Amino acid sequence: MKWGKYTPFLLLIPTFLIIILFIYWPTISSFMLSFYKVSPFGDRKIFVGFDNFINLFKSQAYLNSIKVTIIYVVITVFSVIFFGYLIALLLDNKVFGVKFYRTLIFTPYAISFTIAGALWTFMLNPVAGHINYFLDRFFGISANWLTGQPFALISIMITSIWKMLPFSIIFYLAGLQSIPEEVIESAIIDGTNNWQRIWKIKFPMLSPTTFYLIIMEITHSMFESFGIIDIMTKGGPVETTTTMIYRLYLDSFYFQKTGEAAAQSVILFLIMCFITFFYFRFGEKTVHYQ
Amino acid sequence: MFLPFFLAVSMSFMSEVEVFSYPPKFLPSQINFKNYKEALDIMNLKRMLLNSFIVATCTTLGKIITGTLGAFAFSSFNFKGKNTLFFTLFITLFLPAETVMILPLFMIMSKFGWVNTYWALIIPFTASATNTFLFRQHFMSIPTELEDAAKIDGATPMQYFRKILIPLSGPMIAGASIINFVYAWNMYLWPLIVTMDNKMKTVQIGVKMLIATDSTNNWGIIMAGTLMAALPTLILFFVLQDLFVKSLVTSGLKG
Repeated sequence: MKWGKYTPFLLLIPTFLIIILFIYWPTISSFMLSFYKVSPFGDRKIFVGFDNFINLFKSQAYLNSIKVTIIYVVITVFSVIFFGYLIALLLDNKVFGVKFYRTLIFTPYAISFTIAGALWTFMLNPVAGHINYFLDRFFGISANWLTGQPFALISIMITSIWKMLPFSIIFYLAGLQSIPEEVIESAIIDGTNNWQRIWKIKFPMLSPTTFYLIIMEITHSMFESFGIIDIMTKGGPVETTTTMIYRLYLDSFYFQKTGEAAAQSVILFLIMCFITFFYFRFGEKTVHYQ
Repeated sequence: MFLPFFLAVSMSFMSEVEVFSYPPKFLPSQINFKNYKEALDIMNLKRMLLNSFIVATCTTLGKIITGTLGAFAFSSFNFKGKNTLFFTLFITLFLPAETVMILPLFMIMSKFGWVNTYWALIIPFTASATNTFLFRQHFMSIPTELEDAAKIDGATPMQYFRKILIPLSGPMIAGASIINFVYAWNMYLWPLIVTMDNKMKTVQIGVKMLIATDSTNNWGIIMAGTLMAALPTLILFFVLQDLFVKSLVTSGLKG
């Protein structure tokens, strides 16, 4: 018995129509535009070969955005993974009320990066905010969290970590709960201490989760973080919080450098391809499955 | 972790004098909804909430429809070019095109005349590899005997899809819907550039405008507005937390 020959194609039309129009077409047009110099109103185009890419890598502003992105992504993702795992361990027990704490701790997951940015802008506000008051009161420190030089980037990172942590915790918690109890019991019988069980047994068993989380949190911190940056610092002061995505936004819509913006899109696209490839090439092989 | 919410809620009930009192207060002296009213009045926040609701609902519906149909094709049929099509979809899995390709996508929208319309906020997001793969995974776990039985009974593919596959996917569809809804509700960069008219803006942009335009910088009003923007997804999350968490984890680990 067979169902119609053309049915699967009909079923796939809606999905592919959207994907081709709104993912493939812009991607191809990014590649094409990246080889042209385009006048601000888009009416004239000159083929310039790789000039846009060469200019980008000569431009201080772009190199700076790469540096900021690397610092931001590395610190944020590392913290989110590390603290996410630790907090998940704390929540992975059946103490009374743990469900209530879980709900409270998961909350930032449900809000947007933009709203996270708004909440922290308020808390870090020098006049009405609580953080400066307490730091001043107890440590005698007061800082311009959103406009001072290393502080703005630190604020962005703290907010992002706060916003992104629940995602890691949720996955680690699910992972921890799927570890069979016999494994832990036999580890106890073998005389391991708690610390060894946490890092030598549970953590390696959760490596598929860790691997997936690293990939996801890299994408979140590279792209979704735009909301936090735009609300809190707008890339300033002196571009110390201008990440690659914020640079792309500025060059696309403020400075109207169409060609260079397209080249930036191409670079980001290649980075994402690399990450996807890496995930499926090595993710399946090197991680430990139970 | 919850402290920022707590402070925001208490701030949103404070009068202007209390907001700027020093040392800063933790609790308002009385519960006062004036800030909420004002936040709704300063800008057209009501309209923005409605826009977000329309956009998030339509996007979710679209993703579920295209996702289940596409998944059905991949799970129950063998056809020429299946692997190629699968791979074509697969590459887009981790690519947030609306962010990375923002400029050309914007150009396409102006070609279509969609700038400043719901179309631009909805249509590009009505299909995703994640949803298709999620449902495919689920459909493949449904015993093939059911499909064979349907074929023997002479059911058409769409009858099998509507009467068997969809009813067997209730929790999956519900879970995916919540995740899609929250994702669409929380979108920021794309609505920011594709809407200029205040009438078309979503509530996330409203939050930015509250911070940027409120000249008095009355944090009571700003926090009231921010909380209203966060409320729908927070309620969804609190009410359906277990389903939410479960679907998030299945969509991630097996997608």
